[in-house]
This record gives sequence, C-alpha cells and structure tokens, in this order.
Amino acid sequence: MRREVTSAANVNNDSTSASPERAHLFIKGQCVIPYEDVNRDRVNVCVTSRTDCHARCNFYLELRLEMEKMTRVSTVNGRTMFCHLDAPANAISVCRDATQVVVAGRNIFKIYGLEEEGFVERLNLRVGRKPSLNFSCADVMWHQMDENLLATAATNGAVVTWNLARSCRNKQEQLFTEHKRTVNKVCFHPTEVNMLLSGSQDGFMKCFDLRKKESVSTFSGQSESVRDVQFSIKDYFTFAASFENGNVQLWDIRRPDRYERMFTAHTGPVFCCDWHPEDRGWLATGGRDKMVKVWDMSTNRVKEIYCVQTIASVARVKWRPERRYHLATCSMMVDHNIYVWDVRRPFIPFATFEEHKDVTTGIVWRNQHDPYYLLSGSKDSTLYQHMFKDASRPVDRANPEGLCFGLFGDLAFAAKESLMTGDVGRKTYPGGDRRYPIFFFKKPDVTEQFAQVSSALSVFESEAGSSVGMDWFINTAKSYLLSGKPFAELCEHNAQVAKKLNRPQESTTWTMLRIMFSEPANPSLSTNHNLNKSGNLPLVNSFSMKEMSAALNERNKENRQDNLHSLETNLNNNDENEETEGSEGQAEYLFGDAELDDDDLYSMEHDNQAEEPEYLLPQEAFPLRHEIMDHPSAPEPVQEKPESPHVSGSETESTCLTPMESINLISVSQLLFSPHLPPKFFCPIVKEMLCYYAEQGDVQMAVSVLIVLGDRIRKEIDELTQEHWYMSYIDLLQRFELWNVSNEVIKLSTCGAIMCLNQASTTLHINCSNCKRPMSNKGWICDRCHQCASVCAVCHHVVKGLFVWCQGCSHGGHLEHVMEWLKQSKHCPAGCGHLCEYT
Amino acid sequence: MAQSCFGHGSQLSPVMVNSEKDRASLLCMKALANRGRLDSVSQQMASHPQYLESFLRTQHYILYMDGPLPLHYRHYIAIMAAARHHCRYLVSLHSAQFLRVDGDPLWLQGLEAAPPRLRHLDHINKVLAHQPWLTARSHIQALLKTGEQCWSLAELVQAVVLLAHCHSLCSFVFGSGSDSDSIPTPRVHHGTPPGYCLCDAANGNTALLPPPAGPTEKAPRRRSLDSSCEVAYLREQIQKSQEEIKERKADRLHSQTLSHADVEEEDEAMFSADPSRFVTDPEFGYQEFARREEDHFQVFRVQDYSWEDHGFSLVNRLYSDIGHLLDERFRNVASLPFPHSPDLKRAIWNYIHCIYGIRYDDYDYGEVNRLLERGLKLYIKAVHVNLLVMEARLQAELLYALRAITQYMIA
Repeated sequence: MRREVTSAANVNNDSTSASPERAHLFIKGQCVIPYEDVNRDRVNVCVTSRTDCHARCNFYLELRLEMEKMTRVSTVNGRTMFCHLDAPANAISVCRDATQVVVAGRNIFKIYGLEEEGFVERLNLRVGRKPSLNFSCADVMWHQMDENLLATAATNGAVVTWNLARSCRNKQEQLFTEHKRTVNKVCFHPTEVNMLLSGSQDGFMKCFDLRKKESVSTFSGQSESVRDVQFSIKDYFTFAASFENGNVQLWDIRRPDRYERMFTAHTGPVFCCDWHPEDRGWLATGGRDKMVKVWDMSTNRVKEIYCVQTIASVARVKWRPERRYHLATCSMMVDHNIYVWDVRRPFIPFATFEEHKDVTTGIVWRNQHDPYYLLSGSKDSTLYQHMFKDASRPVDRANPEGLCFGLFGDLAFAAKESLMTGDVGRKTYPGGDRRYPIFFFKKPDVTEQFAQVSSALSVFESEAGSSVGMDWFINTAKSYLLSGKPFAELCEHNAQVAKKLNRPQESTTWTMLRIMFSEPANPSLSTNHNLNKSGNLPLVNSFSMKEMSAALNERNKENRQDNLHSLETNLNNNDENEETEGSEGQAEYLFGDAELDDDDLYSMEHDNQAEEPEYLLPQEAFPLRHEIMDHPSAPEPVQEKPESPHVSGSETESTCLTPMESINLISVSQLLFSPHLPPKFFCPIVKEMLCYYAEQGDVQMAVSVLIVLGDRIRKEIDELTQEHWYMSYIDLLQRFELWNVSNEVIKLSTCGAIMCLNQASTTLHINCSNCKRPMSNKGWICDRCHQCASVCAVCHHVVKGLFVWCQGCSHGGHLEHVMEWLKQSKHCPAGCGHLCEYT
Repeated sequence: MAQSCFGHGSQLSPVMVNSEKDRASLLCMKALANRGRLDSVSQQMASHPQYLESFLRTQHYILYMDGPLPLHYRHYIAIMAAARHHCRYLVSLHSAQFLRVDGDPLWLQGLEAAPPRLRHLDHINKVLAHQPWLTARSHIQALLKTGEQCWSLAELVQAVVLLAHCHSLCSFVFGSGSDSDSIPTPRVHHGTPPGYCLCDAANGNTALLPPPAGPTEKAPRRRSLDSSCEVAYLREQIQKSQEEIKERKADRLHSQTLSHADVEEEDEAMFSADPSRFVTDPEFGYQEFARREEDHFQVFRVQDYSWEDHGFSLVNRLYSDIGHLLDERFRNVASLPFPHSPDLKRAIWNYIHCIYGIRYDDYDYGEVNRLLERGLKLYIKAVHVNLLVMEARLQAELLYALRAITQYMIA
C-alpha cells in the first residue's frame, strides 16, 4: 500500500528584487518561476510546461528588474572591506548620509570616512595628553538630523555631546554628569534636534535638552540597570527601555512619573531593543537568554509575534532596512559572527558575516534605506563593511531534503515541492492527518528571494507484516545473553537464539566464535574440568579442526558427546603423563618450553585470568546504592596485561603438556596445521566480520559480539568505531523501548563515552508520601507539609537508597530493615496490623 | 534536567512559612536531612535564609549534581582550594566527604599522592587563591593541552568554579569564626546523621530541632544548631571572637597566609589532615595589587568584562545552569537588607574587587577611604558583611578565570 501526502503553503514575501538568472528553474522539463500576483504580498508558484512559459517568464522578469531599480537607493558598487583600529571598539554609528562612521571604545574615539576603496581616518576625537574617563565610551550615536552632532555614553557615568563644527581640536560640547553609574546607552530623538536620552546602570533614564545645562526629566525604571533606550521612530513621544532584570518598559516622554506599560521580555538581562523602521508597533528585543523576540505593541496586550533562538547572548539587534522581516544580531560572548535573520524562519540564519575574530560590539546598517551594506566594529580592533552579496548563506549548506524511517517501517520523505510535481497519482494532502508533521521548506534564492516557499512531505507506509518488521531485532535483543556466564556458554546460548529465530548465519558465527576463542583443554582449570564432567557444558575446550567441522556441519549431539569422551580420556591420559613425565620423550618437553617462552603466542595464565570474572555472580539484584564510577578517568579494569604472565611451577608442567596431547587427538582428525592457534590469530578475521555486520546494518550483532568477546577483541578495533556501534545499537534499542537491554549494553560497554550515558539525566521525580504532592525540592523534606518523605517504618530515618514497601498496607522502609523485621515478626513494622510478607 | 529538579522549588508558600525564622529552620533541617549534618557555615548563614537557600543550592549543585567531574575529584579540588588558605575546617569537612564518595584514602596523604591531573590544577589554584590577576591564557592552555592528563574545557570550568567557591568560602569561615568548629564526623549508614534522630522532623515537629539522641555529640555544637536562626546569638558569638577575627581579617587582606600558631592542636580524626600537605609553594601569597600596577599587569576594568554580560554567558555555556545559580547568589547578596547606607555596601564590594585589581570606571575610590574607616568595625561584625566579602571575592576570581578562558577560546 502506498499513500502519499503533500502540502503546500504560501508565505508572505517582502522582497521585490530578484536576479533573473535564478528565476528560471527547470525541473523535469517544466519551468518553475515565482511571480507576484496583484496584491504583491503573495508569491505563487507557477508551473507550466517548457514550451509556453518563456513569454510569461520574460515578462515578469522585466517587470521585476524594473521594480528593483526603483527601490534601490544607490547602486551596489561597494565591497567588503575593513580597517584596523588602534583599540577594541565598543560601539559604532553612522551619519545620515552614510559617508562617515564613528567608532568609540575605551581607548578609541575616531571618525572614519567611507570611501570606495576603504576606510579613511578623518578625525581623532580623543585629544589631550591624558584623556579622562569621559572619553571611555560605552556607546556612541550620531545625530540623524544634524551631521555635526554626536553623543557618547561614558563608562564613568558621563553623557557627553560633541560638535564637529567647533573650530578647536577639542570638539566636546556639553558634559552631563548626572548619572551615578556607567551609562549604557544614549539615543537622539529621530526628529527633534535637541533631545537626547540616556540609560544608565543606576536604573535611571534621563532626557536632556541640549540647549540646557541639565537634564529636563528623569525616569526611574524602579527595576535594575537600564541596558538600552530607543526612541520610537513613528511615535514622537514614545521610547522603550530594556532592563537587566528582563523587563521592557514603554514611556511617554512627557510623563516622567510612571511608565506607560511594562512587560517581562526575557529571563535575564535584555541587552538591546530596536523599533521596526516601518511597522509602528513592532519592537525587537535581544537578551542574555540567547533569544531575539519581536513584540507587537499596537494591541492592548503586548504580544510576542516572533522568536528567534540564537546560540549566544544577543548584544545588539538592528532591523534591516527595506526588508520587513529581516534583522541583524551579534553576540556579546563566545560567538563572533553577525547574523541576519528572517524572523519568520527562526531556525536558520538568512545570512552570516563571519569576518570578525573577537566578539562584535557594534552593528549598524550603513544607510537607512539600503539593505546591502552593514558596518560592524569589534573587540578584535577592526571595523568592517560587509556586503550582503558576500555573506555566507547557511541555508545553502542545509539539507534540502529529509528522509526518515518510522518505527514500523514507514518512510517519510520531504523535499521541495517543485521536485514532487512531476509525480503522477499525487493527491493533495488534506491537512487532517495529525500523524505526520508537515514540513515547510522555504528555499531561498541567492538574492533576497524565497522563490521556493514550500516543501512536500510524502509518507510511504509499509505493508503490515512485511519483511521490514523488526521483530527479529527485538527478540534477539531480548534473548541474547551478554554476560553472567562463561564465554563458551554465552556463545552457545546466543547461537541457539539466532538459530531459533531462523538466522543461520548469525548462529554459525556464534558457534565459530566459541570455538575460536575458547581456551584449549586445561586440566589445571578445575572449574572447567568439573563442568566438563558434569556435562553442563557440551563443548568448552580446545580448538580442534574436528570440532570446528562438527559445528559447521551442525552435527548432532552424539557426535559431540563422543568427541567429549575422547577428550576426557585424553585429559586423563594427560594426568597420567604428568605423573610419568620423566619417562616421556624429550621432544615433548622441548615443545612445551618453546611454547611457554613465546608469551605473546600463548599464555594459559592469561586465559585463566580473563576467564575468572565471568564466573562472578551477577551483581546483587538490588544494590543498595548506585555506585558512581568515574569511568572517564578510571583507566582500565583491573586486569593483568597479557604480556606479563607469571606461571607457578606446577601449572607450568601441565600447561606444557596439554597441547601435546591435543595434537595427538587432532592428528586423528587429519589436521593440516597446528591446532593451537592463539585466539589472537583470529582477531583480524573477527574484526573484519564485525565490520561486515555493522556495515550490513546489523549493528546488534557487532555490538553483541564485541561485548561477549570483551578483551579478546576490544583492543583490535579502534575506540571510535566501537563507540559508533554502541551508539547506534543503543539508539535502536531505545527506539524499540528496550530500556533494560539498552542499559545492560551501556553498562557492559568499555568505551568511556558510552558508560557516561548512564550517569546523565539520572534525576528522578518523586511525590511526597504524606501529602502526595510532587517533591519539588531537592531535599528529603516536603515543602508543603514539612514532613520527611519516605521514612523507614523500622528505623524512622529517611530512606535514601532502595525503598521497599508492602503492597498491602503500603508501609515500608530500608530493604534490609524490612527484611530483618519480617524475619522476626509477621506484622507490619508501622503497627498498622497488616500481615506483611516479604518474598 | 537539574534545573527542573530544583529550579523553581524554592518558593515557599507564605502560608506555611510565616516568619523568616521558620524559613531558616526549615532550610537548616533540609540541609540536615540531606547531607546528614549541618555545618557551622550554614548555621551562620541562617540569619539570611534567602541567601542561605541559594548558597546551599549552588553548593549542592557543584558538589553533588550533574557535572563533568567525578564526585571524589570535586571534593579533592575543594580540599586543595581550602588548603591554600589553611582552612582546616573545610579541609577536614571535604576530606570526610571525599572518603564518603569512595575517594582513595591514599590521596589524602598529600598532593603528591594525588593523580597528576589534579596536581596540574595546583598552579591555577595557587594563582586564583592569592593573585588572581596573574591568571592567564597560558595557564588554561597548559591544562587543556591534549595529552594523557589533559582537562576538558567543561571539567576545567567546573574545577574553577569549585576553586573560587571554596576560596571565597574560606574568607567566610575565617570571617565568621567557624574554623574553630568541631571536626565533622562521618555519618552513619543510610545518610542519617550521628546523634540526630529525624523521626521528630518526620512527625512534623519542625519548629524545634530535636535533641541529640546519643552522647556522641558535643554540647556546644547542639547549642549552635538550636539557635542557628537567632541573629542575636550569632552577634554574641561574633563579638566574642571579634578581636581575633579582626586580626585574621587583616591577615587575610594583606598576607593571605595565616600563621597557624594560634590554632590549638586538637585531636584530629584520621582524615582531618594538615592542610599544608595539599599545598605547594607555601610562600606564594597575596601581594598588594597596587604595588604591582606599574608592572605590566593591567587593571581589570569591569566595564570590559563583567559577570552580567560576559562571565555568566561563558560559564553557563560550559557548565550548564551554574550561571543561573551563581547569578542568583550575587543578586541575593546584593539585595540583602543592609542596615547602613547602600554606599557602604558598594564600597565594600568595590574595595574587595579593588584589592584584586578589578576597577569600576564609575566608582570614586575616594569613597572607600571615607566610608570604610567609619564602617570598618561594622564591616567585621555582621554576617552579611562576610557574605558580601565572600561573594565579591567569588566574583573576582571567577572573572579572572573566565576571562582567561575567553581569551583562550578566542585565540
């Protein structure tokens, strides 16, 4: 069964310019071109066949070029350029005609001319032998009405105005020292020549009339420090102020007693705000919480209409001229780039400027009507002019198509809608099915256009019961044994599991592994020996060709039994040999010695040790306290290195002798090569096998084998690959909600990065046992009823580890206390009279 | 995760808690139930429950919650930091906790017994403790240089926060005279404190803390616990040791190395090791910043690198949520009700920053001389001044360390 859904959406488009060569987009013999319909706000996609599209395309392109010319203030003829400053900049500002830029900082206060070839230093405003702190600027603003008038905010709390028309070198005009703390921001009124506003760390905003010596009014925010003040561009009397505590206030300049409205915009400081140049009520704010929000103030209730999540705290935000939905941001810490966002598409920047080497401190659009030039100053002591055409476009590097498998084998595919139009039998997505999310994909053009505004999503459902089902995976994951038993048993078990699930290849692999890596018969290993005798373990011991062939042919059990018998008799012989070793030929002895000397090749002692941990009982079912192991720092688990066996005397004898006898056995089977290949011999091939499985997509097999083989193979495969396998397998397990298995795998893994997974997100939320409310606090005492939650009924102390309780009366306590109690008494320790049982 | 765990849990409903005192005692009880003991530091801070709350939360977070460093590392770093100031009290406190989280007892024999990774931290510990302005990009670089014993950035940030926290806590301990507190005893199984029975607390008897159940507890300790919320008691105690504190305070400000002749030798448990074991280069101490100013060490301008604008973002990025917790601490201490003028508060804060070479453009340092001479006595008396000193110091150290890390990241 195949069902397909698609969806399309139109979005508003604000742009009016496009480059003609991009507009023709031929897909599968059809031309797709965006054109604007009557109201110019909507972009529709016109799909026609190649033959009849050209005329119309040309018409619209010409129309568009025409409009483009009209909207441009100046032709784009600048370039991306920069100049070195003497010191880090804190803020920059341009004069109205966009020919000069002022740069201000702690140790710099200069005016640069903007020429075609580059920046030209025009004026240094820092004069005097030892400049006072009044020159240390936190902010600067060039008046947009008067090209000779500048204002700076000084870090020592002074507000200074500068008049470039003054004839002497010192251009300082007025000095206001009314603020007690650093002034963070100064702002001229957009249309009033003599009105200046300042916002300071001391929590006050002051309005100055430049014709007077003092401020005319003081506004007290009653909140913490003021971070930004901005006059509204459209409303003569209104200004906005943003505060360190996350608030934004709106003030009427005529009413210093009280703000008009206030709302909390961000958690943490609001570093900046900017009024939309055209939309009367829109205010963009940026905060330390890494967000840019756009607020609509025109309604009764302030409404958040857009929100962009950036990757670092937002230091400045500036609306882009002529582009209704675009704004530029820069960060105060860590991130040095400047981003231009389309607020309607908040997950990926529209454009990025990556030139700066340290944080960008000031950004400004060069001209109020020109969206193509952006100026920026930075702590890296450079001043840049960025050209929009040189910006990098993250969208270009984003993946335009998405493909994903569902849990039950469904396949979802999202792509540009235009790519899907050629499909036959496609029916429009009704928009009703909630099972599948809709992806809108707006593929931007290299120019300002969003030519492609929507994506189509198709979902292909798998047929029920088809082979895509993952039952085998789930069953295998549940039934495999990865630890807790000797190696050979684990392999045997897993082989059986695979066989039962009708996966012969995996089954054989397990059997092969068992044979390859099981140690040869070893009488000194009493445990092994005993197991042999009791018959619990059908096949444990030496590697012999006969066994291998037996396994491969899947012979029946009798055969194996036979084999085992002969093996045992051989072992007995061994013992006898040991007793009468003196009478045996010298050759055997020599062989044994040679074998021993070659540590790398074969070491019984090592095998012995490696085997030991597997006989440990599994950890107690309920460890009283979660052990916190610091895996990242802990080196390797305690284990002797294989290179350093030290063999005691008596063991040496038997170790030497055993192989000899085995040879006898194998010679019967007509082997062509020495049967005592060290396990290491197989490592390359096993490694290859694991990689094969992983590449085939059966990462389950790869990981399971990796865990079961443990140290035998671990060192052969590089850590990163292992980690990758583990991650994939754990991810799969968790998708199938096989939490226990996934946890076991994490626990058994030897990669530091994997083991860490168990230590993350270990928070557990609990309810108070008295008032049944959530325990919101970290402690053991409920906030609401002030009682200790989970008190042990026996010792009356808070239970911090395992809490066991009776399902009958719901009393309980420390596991061991309750156990102890119920050994002596039948009744509930709480005294409720219930006859509790502990099993 | 951790945020959701206790981020909003602090709002106690006004109905349940009708006075500051109740609130303080509730907090103390919580701490008691949580950690099995209530150290004297918390008792001292109990006069400012709101601050205590955020302090405990931060401390709990950096010592026990999600973080890149293993638990015993954290306590060992705390030991190293406290040892730098010869703070016997904190050294033994964290030694005990170090053992409790299965730390290797061998390490407590001294710094040379610790793994090299921790030993590498010694230098930045030393510098941060005494002359934080020396912290440089190169220190960070050296620690992060890839190799067998290298630190990850996240680990380093946690370590630095721990160091700064403990250094500044030492100031508080000395300032409030908690150092003479009895050596902490290890707690018994199931996390219940020795000598305390929580059944009363469990029964809702929260107004008064229960009497000790066993004879093991020393009487004075209990008394201080009982009256932990009573400012009057604190003041009395402070006044008692005022002279001594004054000396120490002066000591701390000027030399930073305390002679331990005046601290009487007491019977110590095995783990309450001599702090000097964890110290190298014991001669390295505080040197007045002003004297070094003509050297190439530049004044740290807070307008160029401040906690609110820069430090917060960096530390929060590398060690999630810690920024919010520290921010809350700084805010809390700033909003403590201060009986005297806010000018004095600012003077103290800026003065502490000043002795570490951090300057405010918008502050007239003549004010310090004018105010502190008059206020110096008050300065020593009250706990909240100690809090102020501690937080100012914490922020100063953090600023230097974080700036160095920022410089490292830019390069």
